Amino acid sequence: MAKREFSIPVIKSPPEIPPIRPGAMAHSRPFVAKAEHQEPLGFPGELVDNWKSVAIDKMEELLGKYRALPVFLDSCVKCGACTDKCHYYLGTGDPKNMPVARQDILRSVYRRYFTVAGKYFPKLVGAAELTEEVIDDWYRYYHQCSECRRCSVYCPFGIDTAEITMAGREILASIGVGQKYANEIIGKVHKIGNNLGLPEPALVDTLEGLEEEVEEEINVPVKFPLDQVGAEVLLVTPSADFFAEPHVDGLIGYAKVFHQAGISWTLSSYASEAANFGIFVGNYENMQKVAERIRQAALDLGVKRIVVGECGHAWRVAYSFWNTLIGPFDFLDTAYPTPQHICELTYHLLQQGQLKLDPAQNDDKVVTFHDSCNVSRGSRMGDMPGGQFTIPRALIRSACPHFVDMAPETTHEHTFCCGGGGGLLTDDLLELRVKGALPRVSALKRVIEEDGVTHMAAICAICKSQFSKVLPEYGMGMDMVVSVHQLIGDALVFEPAQ
Amino acid sequence: MILGTIYAFLFLVAAFCLVVGVALRVIRYSRTPVPLVIPTTPAPTTTGGVVSRMFREVVLFESLFKGSKWTWLFGWLFHFGLVVALLRHLRYFTEPVWQWVEVIQWVGLYGGGVMLFGLLGLWARRFLVDRVRYISALSDHLMLALLVAIAGSGLAIKYGVHTDIVALKAFTRGLLMFDWQPLPAEPLLLMHLTLVILLMVIFPFSKLLHAPGVFFSPTRTMKDTPREKRHSAPWADEINRSTLR
Repeated sequence: MAKREFSIPVIKSPPEIPPIRPGAMAHSRPFVAKAEHQEPLGFPGELVDNWKSVAIDKMEELLGKYRALPVFLDSCVKCGACTDKCHYYLGTGDPKNMPVARQDILRSVYRRYFTVAGKYFPKLVGAAELTEEVIDDWYRYYHQCSECRRCSVYCPFGIDTAEITMAGREILASIGVGQKYANEIIGKVHKIGNNLGLPEPALVDTLEGLEEEVEEEINVPVKFPLDQVGAEVLLVTPSADFFAEPHVDGLIGYAKVFHQAGISWTLSSYASEAANFGIFVGNYENMQKVAERIRQAALDLGVKRIVVGECGHAWRVAYSFWNTLIGPFDFLDTAYPTPQHICELTYHLLQQGQLKLDPAQNDDKVVTFHDSCNVSRGSRMGDMPGGQFTIPRALIRSACPHFVDMAPETTHEHTFCCGGGGGLLTDDLLELRVKGALPRVSALKRVIEEDGVTHMAAICAICKSQFSKVLPEYGMGMDMVVSVHQLIGDALVFEPAQ
Repeated sequence: MILGTIYAFLFLVAAFCLVVGVALRVIRYSRTPVPLVIPTTPAPTTTGGVVSRMFREVVLFESLFKGSKWTWLFGWLFHFGLVVALLRHLRYFTEPVWQWVEVIQWVGLYGGGVMLFGLLGLWARRFLVDRVRYISALSDHLMLALLVAIAGSGLAIKYGVHTDIVALKAFTRGLLMFDWQPLPAEPLLLMHLTLVILLMVIFPFSKLLHAPGVFFSPTRTMKDTPREKRHSAPWADEINRSTLR
């Protein structure tokens, strides 16, 4: 592991907007993908000779495919409303981490090659030639954006930097400069079916182990079925749920809920991953291909419903994009929404009185909730806008007697990314991850001090991994982070079936 | 008379640039597909909800209000000062002057001042806030200078060096009727008109495209109903079909 060469930001109360520090994060760049990570995704293995014209052609192609791009690139008035909204800016002070400046490194090239003003008056409007330095800047700063969409909440034109970052990354990948972490993972999903490259026998082993462990602990034969043809529900969950802490306790929670509700369910070894890093790279083909495995698994297993486990970007892809990518879902039971979030399912069961919870089991905890960025600003739960905020909180409240929300400017649609989203959850970006966590950690520290919060629940595999890693850097316990369904599972009262 | 003809010609060219330039962008935006459902959530689930969201966005600057109170204040004052001032200018184009235009004349006068105040506030931010200073290009300053000069010259004509309003109105009415009339050779008036012509010409080539742009912004204009209604674009559906086993 690389030597720690950065300092941990100081938590200020109240939080401060740092002065700009040009170049503060110019050294931050993730490992570049090798040919073996690029080619299976349909990208060239290394920097192509005519990279400049390939990049410009790609930009032109994307401008014609995504309305958001020309509208966002034309519309920014540089009002500055977004400049203090990005967690990476707040944590680093690097001005190129201000959303508008992050857009501008692409916008300046767009202006130069695609607008009249930029062609004839480049200096005046800040248009720039596409050079190697520009490519370097794209690589650095499009890998310092977690595509969390927080900036888009405050933009008077709804400019979403995530869309710009996705375009930037797709152009980079298509000239041969992809990011190793994300592209390697997408390759594993194409080949094996999950981000971890966990083959079927390993999955079988893990699930059997979980069955034994749970039965030993609570003396209830909770099953973790795999590839069970004819099950009612196909559960698609991030593969981190199979073994990472605290994720696995969430998986145990889902299994307990299915068991107690008497719903037959199964996991799939072919589609053993909810995560879809295709969205991070911004590449439609790869995102579609990753999602297609799930449609295929649902057809092969003959299930009636698809339920998605706790994962932020996966839920955005599932909720917002699946119907487009792999729909229509006319082969499933239309009485249920497709896809359905595990929180929606559990909430529904609680509403119907099919589950009984004993909050006393969690009496030792004071719990707060971290709204995951993709769930908050890129999806919904339930029937009403904002269900993505109320449903997880309702679940926690029914399982825990002590619940406290963090400051309102850091929750709901204003929530901060954990600092590890968007394909940045890799150790070669550790400094960025630690610094980017600052706004969330600051809000957490306040409720720890003022309200005695002991645990922070989350519904995202990336959030859980990221916090487990970076909270200790700020002197907080890694085990503070829990899955919402761990809290549910721990409070669940097992009654004999009626 | 020569002056009147020149300015009439310039106005026609500027109007052509403005209308055709903006139309071309709008056509481009509307013809470019939106392959995925990407509203910034929580988002409305009905068309009425989207209309309401857009109304709050365009009239109240709701998102900007969430983002920066000072920018919102100055930005809102500028835009609505501008709208009121523009409406007041209808008296130079209508004969007889429409009743409601008569009624709002006094508001319109305040509009000019409020607009100027808003502009100066926005400009001050470009110097005083280090982050905004960093993102400001020369064109951002020049755009503010242009708008300040337009508002300033207009107010100066109203309160300082009066111009021959009757002759000016004959010119503007002539412009509408394609019947060129002489234009009073007042330096301030000519400056005011020249700057407006300039603004009209650069509109479709500049960040002023945010005005039509906001109506095409998928994060604001899309309904949040991806599960209820399948959304697709032709190029994306081709890819979808290609992976089916």
